[in-house]
Amino acid sequence: MDFVSGLRCRECGRTYPAEALHVCDFCFGPLEVDYDYEAIAAVITPERIAAGPRTIWRYRDLLPVVDDAPVDLGTGFTPLVRADRLAAELGLGELWIKNDTVNPTGSFKDRVVSVALTKARQLGFQVAACASTGNLANAVAAHAARAGMASVVFIPADLERAKIVTTAVYGGRLIAVDGTYDDVNRLCAELTSEHPAWAFVNVNVRTYYAEGSKTLAFEIAEQLGWQAPDHVVVPVASGSQLTKVRKGFDELAKVGLLAPDTAVRVSGAQAAGCSPVATAFSEGVDIVRPVKPATIAKSLAIGNPADGWYALQAVRESGGGFGAVDDDEIIEGIHLLARTEGIFAETAGGVTIATLAKLAASGVVRPDERVVALVTGHGLKTVEALADTANPTATIAPTLEAFDAVNDLGS
Amino acid sequence: MTVTVRVPSQLRSLTGGAGEVSLEGGTVGEVLKGLEAAHPGFGERLFDEQGNLRRFVNVFLADEDVRFLDGLATSVADGQTLSIVPAVAGG
Repeated sequence: MDFVSGLRCRECGRTYPAEALHVCDFCFGPLEVDYDYEAIAAVITPERIAAGPRTIWRYRDLLPVVDDAPVDLGTGFTPLVRADRLAAELGLGELWIKNDTVNPTGSFKDRVVSVALTKARQLGFQVAACASTGNLANAVAAHAARAGMASVVFIPADLERAKIVTTAVYGGRLIAVDGTYDDVNRLCAELTSEHPAWAFVNVNVRTYYAEGSKTLAFEIAEQLGWQAPDHVVVPVASGSQLTKVRKGFDELAKVGLLAPDTAVRVSGAQAAGCSPVATAFSEGVDIVRPVKPATIAKSLAIGNPADGWYALQAVRESGGGFGAVDDDEIIEGIHLLARTEGIFAETAGGVTIATLAKLAASGVVRPDERVVALVTGHGLKTVEALADTANPTATIAPTLEAFDAVNDLGS
Repeated sequence: MTVTVRVPSQLRSLTGGAGEVSLEGGTVGEVLKGLEAAHPGFGERLFDEQGNLRRFVNVFLADEDVRFLDGLATSVADGQTLSIVPAVAGG
């Protein structure tokens, strides 16, 4: 049995049953899942969680759907690795990388999709759909295949080749749209009204989908021995992940798994070519003005972020900051993480690391803090970005002499 | 100018179930005011107390976000389509 008490409008507070609803009928505001936290607190313990599977489903008491056989490819419980060499380069102290590149389809989107499709199946949907910048496309196509559901995935036509292959291979429908992600998203929002029998994971089951991101916070706390970090740095596209990571830490405090006075600073990372939320933060305004994206970080290229305002509030309330980094900084961020810690991130991870570097240099992220940076997608998805910067050190004839001529490591 | 307004499923209770309605107006704001006059209830859902579009409401004229145009003051041409779309999550 789940602990969901219903859905609640984030704007006007009206309540709804836990069905395939994402928008308040009264004020048109977005809906949020409500839980019976007292009931959860009465049963949840570190031991109960540890007895669960080594996936996101060990936290099912705090997820919006419970199913003994969830739609799952083995997502979650990804490594939290101490990053001393990167910390030394950035002048930081205790730094950890949440390495979410190792999920089944190579990004954190497996978390949200596993939750969304498990709930969608329970609600009776037989078709899974989404608008995607690529990572969500991979996750929806793979999980739909696993669940035996049909899938219809909509992507911008100019997406990275790797993300097209790693979606199409699962055999669902893949529709490339001439336009930006925001165009694709608008199309899908309209299609949702015309195809109410389809589960658009980021539209009509978004309320459940977004909850999957909380598991990042749950895992970080558990992997730190049921302690919270002082500061987390999160990439921002729609703003949903950042908002939910903060909610995740708050919930752990609410149900007694973290101290009641837990306060985690949350900072956001954006690409300078698509930084509507970072811009609103630095200008000190409440309005997140949409932009036309121009960045190599395509998985973060959402010009009109649906949860941008909520992410802005979360960062401000928690005392965090925002950073925006350009394409060269993103590439350097990818290389920096790879050469110091052996983790190969996609461009969005480069955004996180480059922003972390910037926030460390400006004193927003401090050396006396326990810091976690979220690296949420695998580098093999965006190899084009490194065409000029990741190549053989030398190309030689197969002879000892030829190697000696280029060897700079001695004997 | 006659404009077709596409209404999302969540707001079709206000239009008797219709997904599209035809309205007159010279600007996006006038068309949306006409929508409220013809089908009361749209106004409070689309606009805040200051009369601005709510932050989670997106309005597209011929598939372009009116925030990239002149907002509610954007002129409309005869036969164009105006879409009301709720904000959705991403990735």
